[in-house]
Amino acid sequence: MNNRSHNTNNLVSVNNLTFSRGTRKIFDDISLEFERGKITAIMGPSGTGKTTLLKLIGGQLFPQTGNIMVNGRDVHHLKRDELYTLRKRMGMLFQSGALLTDITVFDNVAYPLREHSHLPESMIRSLVLMKLEAVGLRGARDLMPNELSGGMARRVALARAIALDPMMIMYDEPFTGQDPISMGALVHLIKSLNTTLSLTSIVVSHDVHETAAIADYIYVLSEGKVVGQGTPQEIKESPSEWVQQFMNGAADGPVHFHYPAKDYMDDLLHTEKTLFSRKRLIGEKPAKRRRYS
Amino acid sequence: MEFFQYLGAATRESFTKLGRASYFLIGMLSGISSVLIRPCLLLKQMHSVGVLSFLIITISGLFVGMVLGLQGFYILSRFGAEETLGVMVAASLVRELGPVVAALLFAGRAGSALTAEIGLMKATEQLSGMEMMAIDPIKRIISPRFLAGFLSMPLLAALFSAVGIIGGQIVGCGLLGVDDGAYWSQMNANLDFQKDIINGIIKSVVFGFVTSWIALFEGYDAIPTAEGVSRATTRTVVNSAFSILGLDFILTALMFGDN
Amino acid sequence: MPHNNTQDTLVGLFVAAGIASLFFLALQVSNLSSFTKGETYQITASFENSGGLKVKSPVSAAGVKIGRVSSIVFNPKTYRSVVTMEIDAKYKTLPDDSSVSVYTAGLLGEQYISLGEGASDSYLHNGSEIEFTNSALILEKAITQYLLKSADEKKDSDDKKNSPKK
Repeated sequence: MNNRSHNTNNLVSVNNLTFSRGTRKIFDDISLEFERGKITAIMGPSGTGKTTLLKLIGGQLFPQTGNIMVNGRDVHHLKRDELYTLRKRMGMLFQSGALLTDITVFDNVAYPLREHSHLPESMIRSLVLMKLEAVGLRGARDLMPNELSGGMARRVALARAIALDPMMIMYDEPFTGQDPISMGALVHLIKSLNTTLSLTSIVVSHDVHETAAIADYIYVLSEGKVVGQGTPQEIKESPSEWVQQFMNGAADGPVHFHYPAKDYMDDLLHTEKTLFSRKRLIGEKPAKRRRYS
Repeated sequence: MEFFQYLGAATRESFTKLGRASYFLIGMLSGISSVLIRPCLLLKQMHSVGVLSFLIITISGLFVGMVLGLQGFYILSRFGAEETLGVMVAASLVRELGPVVAALLFAGRAGSALTAEIGLMKATEQLSGMEMMAIDPIKRIISPRFLAGFLSMPLLAALFSAVGIIGGQIVGCGLLGVDDGAYWSQMNANLDFQKDIINGIIKSVVFGFVTSWIALFEGYDAIPTAEGVSRATTRTVVNSAFSILGLDFILTALMFGDN
Repeated sequence: MPHNNTQDTLVGLFVAAGIASLFFLALQVSNLSSFTKGETYQITASFENSGGLKVKSPVSAAGVKIGRVSSIVFNPKTYRSVVTMEIDAKYKTLPDDSSVSVYTAGLLGEQYISLGEGASDSYLHNGSEIEFTNSALILEKAITQYLLKSADEKKDSDDKKNSPKK
């Protein structure tokens, strides 16, 4: 870990971050480093706040303590304009795609270009077609978002995310709910875009195999802490029981199958007791109860 | 005891919500300048807010005017004052029914649609997505809709009143035999531009402002689930109706109170 | 954003219809058109009782509207109501011995000022005061007077009827 931290080659670094929602601590003093030009994955079970982490990096949420440096700037101490300038260089791929539903695929990809650049329409057209070609959907430019499958929508969203030629892309659960073919397409895309556009990628996922196949470095999060980190190989060989359970998808292990609860037998008996007492309270005769049982 | 706890929590929640709504309003208003630079955004929203409400407003206005013509005639003819039918129809439409009913219809037609649209954009992460594209969704999505609602409302209310007056004339003069000249001339002599028309327009401007604000805020503040959006839509219609009727009372007292 | 011609046209039509109905309300429905703020001159008249006269009530001569009431104030010295009228500058040749009366349009209608032409050779001008005024007819007063009068008459006739018998 020490060789990764405070490295000037890190595009994003999360330092001693604590974030809570209400009384629930989502992150408890965690530190992560994301190296330039690499694909770094954040893994962990559902509900560990992986998406929240991306929103924190994007400056949409504010941490209680700690800071997040992106390209040498503290995201949460930027002025609004500066944050927006920074965001132009951060692409984000949402789980649902987050395409604007009232305009076509073409206009969706052209959207950030039209908003932020004053390029002539002919140049926007060429740029959009290039981006769509990169994700293999140039032919789908006139479709509306509701005519796309989930995987296609995500690819269009990816084309939109790279429209402004960002320095980094954050992928929020890119593989969830995909059939094997579109999953394969996405894995390939993330890898190839990262090399051809020399991007820095942050992939949030709980799909072990796909992520391990493309990631250069993996952080495993659980209950607000980093429980494991390293290259995919290191993670696979991790001595931590917890990491092993997660990587192999075992039903029971350090993370129990059962949600924390009191003793099973006690619980059942207790229910029975309250049933009895309630019946007595409303003055029902036991004989009447027998009829139902 | 539990009741008071509940009451306290509910009061506090409603104040928090009002605070959020006010903050939202400031953002929305400061975004208006950027809409004025790009009128095509406004045009699109004027279409969905104004043009699509056109039909319901004109048809409702026509029927309300016709009913007023009928009812007014029955009552006025008892006192032998059928000639003042025009005054009655026009005054009730221009002062009250035009702004109020048009605003209620607007809340039902355009307001609920706005809430559902914004709520769904939130639920499908479109607003979040725009923020990450460094596009301020309040400026780009909310402000144009607000301005469109705010500008459409007085036009719709004026339309409602005008169509209603014609409806009253059709029934009163066409079917019930009130003198056509008397209908218009009495109206003309007894309605005042400043007092009636301008005040009616002021009312509808206020209603347009409040209804659009409520609709957009409820959408923006909705819990991003199917149920959350549907509840927000209901709240838009209910809260708009309350605000319109309550404000109508206050405005009427202020405007016509001295007489 | 892609431009859509039909949409532009529809919005244009909508706005035009809205503005047209505003004009309709302003001109056809209210009395904005009937008396626009043109050149006017002011005359005053003091009434014993101006009744239900209001600011903006019409002033008419021979049934034609020639102006409107601009203010009504009570003069605490004379105990009379002083009514200021704005007369359209077109009507410059109103004799200065004209009289003004407060009338009611119909039984329940609004009250207005009627100007009865005098015969003088000099005309009313800005600031002149009309001397001859007839107060508003107060219905209750009139009825009371009528009732008292008829009661008196009845008494008289009763007296007449009764006296011969006695």
